Amino acid sequence: MTVRTPVFLLVWLVISAAVFAGSLALGNDYIFFAGYVVLQYVVLGTAWNILGGYCGYVNFGSAAFFALGAYSSVAIYKLITENDFYRMPIPVLMLIGGLVSGVVGFGMGYLTLRLRGAFFAIATLALAVVLQTLVVNWDFVGGSRGAYIIRPEQIEPIGNYIRYLFLLMMVLAVAGITIARLIEHSRLGYGFASIRDDELAAEAAGVPTLRLKLIATTISGALMGMAGAPFPYYIGYLQPSSTFGLDYAVNSIAMPLIGGTTSWVGPLIGALLLGSLQQIATVTISSAVNLLIVGCLLVIFVIIAPNGIVGLVHTYLQRKPEDFVGRRRVEAEMPGRVP
Amino acid sequence: MSMAEGASMASTAANSAAARALLQVDNVGKRFGGFVALENISLSVPAGERLGLIGPNGSGKSTLVNCICGTLRNEQGTVHFAGQKLDGLQAHQRTHLGLARSFQLPRPFVSLTLADNIRIPLLYTVARRRGSHHTAHEIEERCAKLLNEVGLGEKARRLPRDLTQVEMRKLELARAMAAEPKLLIADEAMAGLTHSEIEDILSLLVRLNEQGVTIILIEHIMSAVMSFSRRLVVLVSGRKIADGRPEEVMRDPEVERAYLGQ
Repeated sequence: MTVRTPVFLLVWLVISAAVFAGSLALGNDYIFFAGYVVLQYVVLGTAWNILGGYCGYVNFGSAAFFALGAYSSVAIYKLITENDFYRMPIPVLMLIGGLVSGVVGFGMGYLTLRLRGAFFAIATLALAVVLQTLVVNWDFVGGSRGAYIIRPEQIEPIGNYIRYLFLLMMVLAVAGITIARLIEHSRLGYGFASIRDDELAAEAAGVPTLRLKLIATTISGALMGMAGAPFPYYIGYLQPSSTFGLDYAVNSIAMPLIGGTTSWVGPLIGALLLGSLQQIATVTISSAVNLLIVGCLLVIFVIIAPNGIVGLVHTYLQRKPEDFVGRRRVEAEMPGRVP
Repeated sequence: MSMAEGASMASTAANSAAARALLQVDNVGKRFGGFVALENISLSVPAGERLGLIGPNGSGKSTLVNCICGTLRNEQGTVHFAGQKLDGLQAHQRTHLGLARSFQLPRPFVSLTLADNIRIPLLYTVARRRGSHHTAHEIEERCAKLLNEVGLGEKARRLPRDLTQVEMRKLELARAMAAEPKLLIADEAMAGLTHSEIEDILSLLVRLNEQGVTIILIEHIMSAVMSFSRRLVVLVSGRKIADGRPEEVMRDPEVERAYLGQ
């Protein structure tokens, strides 16, 4: 059950390498194009879950953190690449995007974490609107017209540039789930869980709740920003209305909820499932169906499996035998009293 | 004696007492809008004391606890604990200093097993205080030992939703005990329990007191308060109206009138 972190990391790196090799073998670069989006959602879902699932603070502003990462890449592109023809390596852009979003996450946390429940959610939504307004009116990064990023066709020795972006996003996804798992099994994870369950009792038990929540908003924001940083290079033309789009906010909430919010597995499963479904629907039906799929699945899951797929599996695997034993004991003591 | 003289005498006495007392509450006042919840409460609790705090519903008992523990901020007065001024410290910092409380209505961490409920104060208070971390194994042992003490050892891997009300209150106490406090405030830990259950919790508290933990017991059940307390404090409408040996306090006509009815 408890695999050591280096082993965990190694296993996932091997799986990633296998997936990458498999995709290469298929010989169709569209796989990378679609897979990139799915992996991006793995990161976004995992990042959202660190604050939303572990601490219980629902963030509706995922798109804002994602867009911050994307726009910091655009700003650097405009600032350096267009003038000096020096191309900042994408991993560096990811670090910068993560830094910017992490700082904003910290700031947002500091301003809003005294709010609870719906009020916090509304505040994060407000943050997204404010940031979008800022970007729309900031001419340097393209304003409402959007910004063009010219990416190289090829990169040595991988080939098509999209493969490189896919690979980077895969590494980030592995890093994301490793961080999430590390948190879960650490002192920090227990602290987060106590905040989610009862903040007053957590304080009384000695948990510095504000500090922990700030750590959560910072990590969560930074991961979202890192996921956003390569996006301009992926899409080629970045537009505020789509970068701050509802899709990102809704998907990064829906995926952990459908997968299950209490462990790192949930967002991973949710993102792989929902992300792939959306990609398939985009090709076979229309990209407009995407949010419809999310909506329907969310309704179904809220009704039949409020704890997500992980919760569902957990119920069937672990609780069942225990409950059964309990039931039998009660039945023996008080015949006919068990409903 | 004028009010000012009384206050200055009280504060002189308080200053000298603060050196000895574990908990020193001086002239604490708390308002909610126009409603005065606490008015000039002063209280000195020496180490090792078994103090009963009683009063009718709405008399300010829980508000006082909340002001002492940092859940609420008192507008007036000061609280000293173990020689340190608590004003401005957050609740978790006060817990780190050795002040623990159980809640009137149990507030378990519902998604964590009982063992993990106990683990939180061990990880965040005890580990920090000693300046060194327990090994994972030591923490497991501590969790098991504490749950055994309150008779919940067999349910260590269960979730709080599987517990009865009584067990929930025992978990609440065990979690407060896990922080290894110098002062434990048990806020109505026995409401709604049967006689034997009350006995269980009382003997647990007495044992804890014998190990050197100072205890403040807030309770409505008079038999429990009378058998436990060495000293009794009575709050009525946010004011302290009596403080002394339990039998004497109960004979006090003002207490009889205000608390027990005429």
